[in-house]
Order: sequence, then C-alpha cells, then structure tokens
Amino acid sequence: MESSVAMPPPSPSPAPAAQKPPTGAVEGSATWQLSDRIGLAFCWGLGLLFCAIAVAIVVYLLIQGLTYLKPSMLVTPAEAGFSQSQTGGFSDALIGTLIVGTMGIAIALPVGVGIAVWLVEYGRPAGLARITESTIEAIAGIPSIVLALFGTVIFSSTALGFLSRTTEGIVFGRSFFAAATMLSLVALPLVVASTREGLSAIPQHVREASYAVGKTKIATVRRILLPTARPQVATGAMLGLGRIIGDTAIIVVLLGATQNFAPVGSTFPLNYLRGAGTTLTNFVYEASPTGNLNQPQKAYAAAFVLLLMVLALNAAVDVVHRRARKAGTWSH
Amino acid sequence: MESLIAGPPPIRRLPLEDGAVATEVPPSPGGFTSAKRSISAPQFSIRRMEINRLSVSYATREAVKSVSMPVRQGEVLSLIGPSGCGKTTLLRSLNRLTELTRTATLSGRILLDDVDIRLIEPTLLRRRVTMVFQQPNPFPMSVFDNIAYVLREQGSRRQRKKSLEPKVHSALERAGLFEEVKDNLDHPALRLSGGQQQRLCIARALAAEPEVLLLDEPCSALDPQSTQVIEDLIVKLRDDVAVVIVTHNLQQAYRIADHVGFMYLGELVEYSGATALFNSPREQRTREYVSGAFG
Amino acid sequence: MEEEYLPEYGPKWSDQRAERMLGALVCFVVGLLLALIVTVFVKAWPSFAHNGLAWFGAGGSVEEQLNQIYLSGLEGANYVYTFHAWTLIWSTLLITGGAVLLALVSALFVSVFIVEFAPVWMRDILQPVVRFLASVPSVIYGLLGVLVIVPFIGNHLVTEPQKASVAGVISLSGYSLLAGVLILTVMIAPLMVSIFSDGLRAVRPGWLEGSLALGVNRWRTTWKIAVRSARPAIVAGTVLAVARAIGEAVMLGMVSGSVAFAPNPADGLIFIYEPSRPLAPTIVKNIDSLGSAPSNATLFAIAAVLLLSAAFFSMAGWVARRAMRKYGATA
Repeated sequence: MESSVAMPPPSPSPAPAAQKPPTGAVEGSATWQLSDRIGLAFCWGLGLLFCAIAVAIVVYLLIQGLTYLKPSMLVTPAEAGFSQSQTGGFSDALIGTLIVGTMGIAIALPVGVGIAVWLVEYGRPAGLARITESTIEAIAGIPSIVLALFGTVIFSSTALGFLSRTTEGIVFGRSFFAAATMLSLVALPLVVASTREGLSAIPQHVREASYAVGKTKIATVRRILLPTARPQVATGAMLGLGRIIGDTAIIVVLLGATQNFAPVGSTFPLNYLRGAGTTLTNFVYEASPTGNLNQPQKAYAAAFVLLLMVLALNAAVDVVHRRARKAGTWSH
Repeated sequence: MESLIAGPPPIRRLPLEDGAVATEVPPSPGGFTSAKRSISAPQFSIRRMEINRLSVSYATREAVKSVSMPVRQGEVLSLIGPSGCGKTTLLRSLNRLTELTRTATLSGRILLDDVDIRLIEPTLLRRRVTMVFQQPNPFPMSVFDNIAYVLREQGSRRQRKKSLEPKVHSALERAGLFEEVKDNLDHPALRLSGGQQQRLCIARALAAEPEVLLLDEPCSALDPQSTQVIEDLIVKLRDDVAVVIVTHNLQQAYRIADHVGFMYLGELVEYSGATALFNSPREQRTREYVSGAFG
Repeated sequence: MEEEYLPEYGPKWSDQRAERMLGALVCFVVGLLLALIVTVFVKAWPSFAHNGLAWFGAGGSVEEQLNQIYLSGLEGANYVYTFHAWTLIWSTLLITGGAVLLALVSALFVSVFIVEFAPVWMRDILQPVVRFLASVPSVIYGLLGVLVIVPFIGNHLVTEPQKASVAGVISLSGYSLLAGVLILTVMIAPLMVSIFSDGLRAVRPGWLEGSLALGVNRWRTTWKIAVRSARPAIVAGTVLAVARAIGEAVMLGMVSGSVAFAPNPADGLIFIYEPSRPLAPTIVKNIDSLGSAPSNATLFAIAAVLLLSAAFFSMAGWVARRAMRKYGATA
C-alpha cells in the first residue's frame, strides 16, 4: 500500500533534546523572533515598573506619614502659628472629609440608583434613554474644576442663598452644601454604571416571575432586583466615595479658603454645613510647599491619613466582590 | 417507495453452522450502497502521521482511549462517531491544540514523519499540520490580509505586498476561491458568505503549505451547495496534503473518505477502508451506528 | 386605562407614578448638564467677544494679562479683557500629548502582559497595583511630585550650565514639563490598562485559536489579532485618558511651575525642564479672582475651552470606533 513515489518535503529540524525521553518542546525557542522577545521583556519591565512605583508611593508615604503623624493631629484643629509644631492638627479637615463624603454619597446614591433603574427597567422613550446615557458619560468626562465653576454660579444665586453665608446681600456661595452637591456629580457616573451592571445581570425570568404574581415593576425593583444587585450598588457607592474624598478642585473652589470650620447661624448641625470648612485634600493642597501654609510635615501626615482611607475603601470593594462571587451572586 | 412508508423490513434470523443464530441487519432504506461516492481510489499513499496508543484525559475524564491509526497523504481519513466520542479531541491532539486546555493530559505517541510531535515546537508543528474549524473564523481583516497574515507571521522580515501576491493567489486558487474574490481582495473578509468564509479558512490553512490538513466538521455550519463545493475541494486536495476530517454526517464520510475511523466513547471501534466499513462493517457497534440505530 | 386600586389593597406606588418620577429625575439630570454647558458658555462670552480669535493666539505674558483683567474688574467700569491663551494651550498640548503617548504605550504592553503573558502570581500582584494607582487622589500625586520628583529634577537632572543657558528668561528649578508629564502618565495609565484589558479579553476566542492553529506564535497572535480587534477599546480608553489629562488641575498646578510659561522646543532638549502652565491649573491658581467680573469671564472662557476639548475628543473617538466597525471589530 505504501509507495515511495513522492518523498515528503524536507522538514525543519526538530528542537533539541532528541536523546532525552520526550519532555514536550514548548513554544519560545524557534518561532519567536528577536523583536518578539524584546517585546516580552518590555512587558515584564513595564509591569515591574508599575509595581515599583506603587510600592514606592506606599512606602514613602508610610514612612513620612508615620514620622510626622501624631495622634493629637487627628483631634486638634488647625491654628495659626509660626512653626509646624505650633499649628495644631487637622481634625477639622478630617471631619470635613467625612462630612463631604457622607453628603456627597447621600445625594449621588439615590439619584444614581434612580437613573440606573430608569435606564434598565423603563427606558422609554428610547431617545431619552440614549440622551441619558450620553449625559452620564459626558458628566464623567467633565473636569472637576469646570463642575466647581458651575457650582459657584448656582450657589451664588440668591435662590440658594440659604445654603451658604450671605453677607450684605451678596451670597458667598461656599459651603459644605455647595461642595457636596457638585461632588455628587463626580460620583454619579460610577454609581450609575455599577448599578446598571448589577441590574442587567439579573435574568429576565426573575422579573417575569415577580410580575406573574401581580407585583408592579417598581415593587419588583424595590423588593427583588435592587436587593439582588446590592453588591454592585455598594461597589458603585464605594468607588464614588473614593472619588469624592480624593477630589480637590471642587473643595478648593466651593468650600472656602479656610482650615477650620466657619459655621453660619446657630442651628446645629446646619450651621456647620452652611459654613465653610476644609477637607484632607484641601489641607494637603494648602500645606504643601506650593500652597499657602507650607507645612510639608503636616501635609505628609494628612496625605497618609487620606491614603489610608482610600485604601480602606478599595479593600472594602474587594471584600464585597469576593463575598458576592462566593455566594454566586456576581456575574463575572 | 413502499418500504419507506411501511417502515423498515423485519430483521431475519439466519441459522449458522454451529447452531448459533446471527442477525442480519438489513440495509437502511436509501442505504449507502446506493449513495454515490465522490472519491475514486487513491493514486498513492504515503504514511505521514502515526498515532500510537494515544490517550487523552481532561482532568479525570478519559476522552480518548488508546487509539492507534495512521494518517496518509494521498488519502482522506474521516473520523466518525456520535457526539462526545472523542473524535474532535483526537483531531486536536494531532496539532497539539489540546495543550491550550490546562487540564488535558496525553499519553501515547504521535509521530509526524517519524518524529514524535512533542519534540517539535508547537508553533512549527502547527505550520505543518494546520486546522480548519467548524465555525468559519476569518480574521477581521481584508481577504488578502487574512492569507498574507499566515505568510507574514512566519518570516522575520516584513514582506511587501507585491512579493506576497503570488502566494496568496495560489492559496486562493487551491481553495477554489480565487475566481470569486479576485476583484475584491481588499474587502473585509467578514462580508463573504458562510461558504466563502470557510473556503477562505481552508485557503489560509493551505497558505502555510502544510503536510497535513485537519478539518473539524467544516461543513456543519454551511448550506448544501457550499458543502458540495467544499467536499469537491477536499477530494482534490488529498494528493497534496494528508487530509483528516471529522464529521457528524455519515453520508459525507461515505462520499469523500478513503479510510474511516469509527469512534465511540473514546475508543477506536473500527478502522478500515470506507466502502468496507459502511457496507460490511466488522463490529456490531459500527453496524448499529452506520445503520442509524443510534447516533 | 390604569386600574384604580382601593388604597388598602393596591400597591403603594403605581407603576405609572414611579415611571413619571424616575423620568423626571432623569430629565432633571439631563437638564442640569445642559444648564452647565449653557452657563459656562454664557459666562465665558464676554471674554471671547472682546478678544475674538486672538483669544487663542499668542502675545504677552499671561500673568500680566490676568492681573490687568482682575484689577480692571475691581474698578467696576472699563473692563479689560485682553487675553491671549496660546501659552496655556501650548502647555496643555505638550503635557497632554506627552502623557497620553507614554501612557498609551505603557498601558498597551501592561494590558497585553496581564491578559496573556504574565504568570498567575504576577497577574495577582499587577491587577491590584493598577487599581491602586488609579485610586490615589491627585493631590497626593501632587504632593509626592513637589516633595520628591521636583527636587530630584531640579538638583540632579538639570545641570548648572543648562540652568545658566536660560537664566535670563526662566529658572529651571525642577518644576517642569517633565515632572508633569511623568506623574500624569502614572495617573492616566491605569485607566487605560483596565479598559484595554477588558477589550482584549472580549476578543472572539475562535480567532485566537484559529491563528494559533495556523502556526503563528502567541506573541504575534496576541498583537496582530487580539490587539487589532480590541482597537475600539483602545480608542475608548485613550479618549477617556485624554479627557482626564486635559482636566487635571490640582496635580499639574502643584508640579508644573508657578509661572505661565510655554516650554519652547527650540531650546533643545532642555525644554522638558522648563516650567509650564496648562489651562486647567490656571483656573485653580486664579480662583480667588472670581469676584472680579472680567476675571470671571476669562476663567469661564478657559473652562469653556476645556469643555469643548473634552467633547471634541469624545466625538473623535466615536467616529473612529464607527470606522472600525467596517472590518468587524466589535464596537
């Protein structure tokens, strides 16, 4: 049956190690050109570089932060003084961060979830849905400094004068309310995107099962869909919160150029919220050599605290992911 | 015609010499003996690959159990069998594509021109043993670039389009596609029809000038006309490359195969010439499968 | 016709009501964006009107012009609007262009690495690292820049002769284009990496398998097939990164220098050591002058330019992705 009429074309020589028992030649010896190998080396180099940068940032801030951070700083407000040891701490800034974070998310979360629910569950007319999606994307792309400028216009209007200090008929327009409102816009796209993902991942038959027992759409959303999408909503909220507490431009513009609270009026807590104040980001900005205070040590300390907060939020997002994946409620 | 309406004829029992009784399975209506084979006897036959007691397991599940058979140039080898019998796994182990799955383990040997394929670098092996898949998968490029891609990524120097043109054209001609696309070589390949896309994939596989061509159910996603065209093409190719085709379609195997391997639950139940296997199979299971008792 | 439920038996909120309320919310947010765009352009109009196209041109020192504008506003009468923003625009182009270029290359290689070539342990380290880098607040990048990178450049990279060569015009103290570009790259690359990685993972596996089965090695397969088919994701990531880079005000304000200077490539390689001031930091630096009307208009004019650029790049990205659909790359 076998003929030797046509000889097979000469085959390329096999990779070395023909004496050993076959161990499986792997890719990489003969078919990767030099340029391919250089490329892979480049990949490794860049990957390691990014890791090195991240480690450097963490380690450097850790060292400097632990050097200069004293617990008293966390509870002492800033004071005027001549040297860094006399100028108190940044408790106002710390509390300020917590305040804007809470307020910002308190606005962004319901609004974001509402928009996401509308986009996924309703979405009529289709033109409005498309416009809404584009709007959310656009908001995500607007630099926060522009949002801050817009905030000055809104909150300086007399209609919203009650949200900040008014002196001699001129609305100051800088307060926690102003800052938090514009900050919520920063967090909004994240909340919307994450919630949409969570809702879209729920299969249609779950909704149909609920409608089939006579529940309205909104009841289904409230009682079934949103609770199921809780991990994604939480993730979106935490990512948004991270963005909010890390933002500086809006704070610098809309929270007033002070390092302490400047309450307006006498009803607590509204008087604080209507007044100016500061946050950790603002504090770091002012305390850095390019700012007004020029207290690098305090700046390191505050930056360290801020970084810890951001890392804690990141870790929380990771925990939520992991728990949801284990419980099987995460889509990917 | 009446037999079709009335149902299959009754099974007759024939007495054998020892007193044992054998059953003769009658040929199915419109059985293979009446079908037309598109393929004539092979002109020559050179043993290119040898599969030697190959076993493939995915984690704990054995997909292929100790299979041995030769692959010859000048012939079309067809692997048939019901779903999940291991024929695709066997095909994919011929060009070490099973290694892309982490849980796959192999034992036994496969030889290409008397060299164990595990000693050959996988990429080089896959240039000598190329594969066409069930779903046509032309790359998101023009028709020309799809074939030029194969030629370009094997050399080190960037070759200009002019120097590649003759090879691209010849690959398209071998696949029988050149006439249809020669004016549209720069159009996106994804705009071709399903049958054209699959022929483009075959042209791509041929551009590498392989020694063995593997086809994994290439016509299952295509309409009958395209299937016909591709079957004719496969028959024409067998002199240049050894062809191994996995197919679900028994009639197709009958039409175009020289040798047929019937696999069931990972085992090679029977391997023999096509006419022999279809018309007078030796094994009971083969007989049952071929007559449609299961599948 | 909606059924009317008896209050005790019906659902608390009817679907119609809920849809209307949510729809109102959506319309409010859309309206808010429109209000923002309109407000910015309306407030910016005086500055554009008085300068015409020369607004974008060169001429004079930006610092002096801003000062003049501010002072004239305090007087209340003859407002001065003269402003030539080319210095700022050129700085923006340089910094954004440089950072996006570096980040694009790095992000491509890193994302290819993460998706295809990194061993599992490396991937488990690199992914959190990328997420971390993306979440560090810009003010911290600015602080580290001012306290670490700037002195390094000023004291170790720039040599005395180099400083002397431009001593008459500007001082090379480390607050420079280079510092801004490097830090901005680190800030925007993680964004691109995550978007690119998603795009690479979404490639049709049939293509990858098909390419490998034709005897093309993994490196070429990844670059020629996966990266090519992920081009829409690459465009999307780049557009996002450009928008981020253009709008970065705080970090660049801290690191690029306090003088509105336009680095001059004609100076030779030294130009990377020269300070620069792009558009966005200018707003932050001059935020105290918002009270003065012409200053207000000028700052809003800068904001308007920022908005327009972000919109322009978004549009360009959208157009590019549509063009790519022709060859079957998933958009």
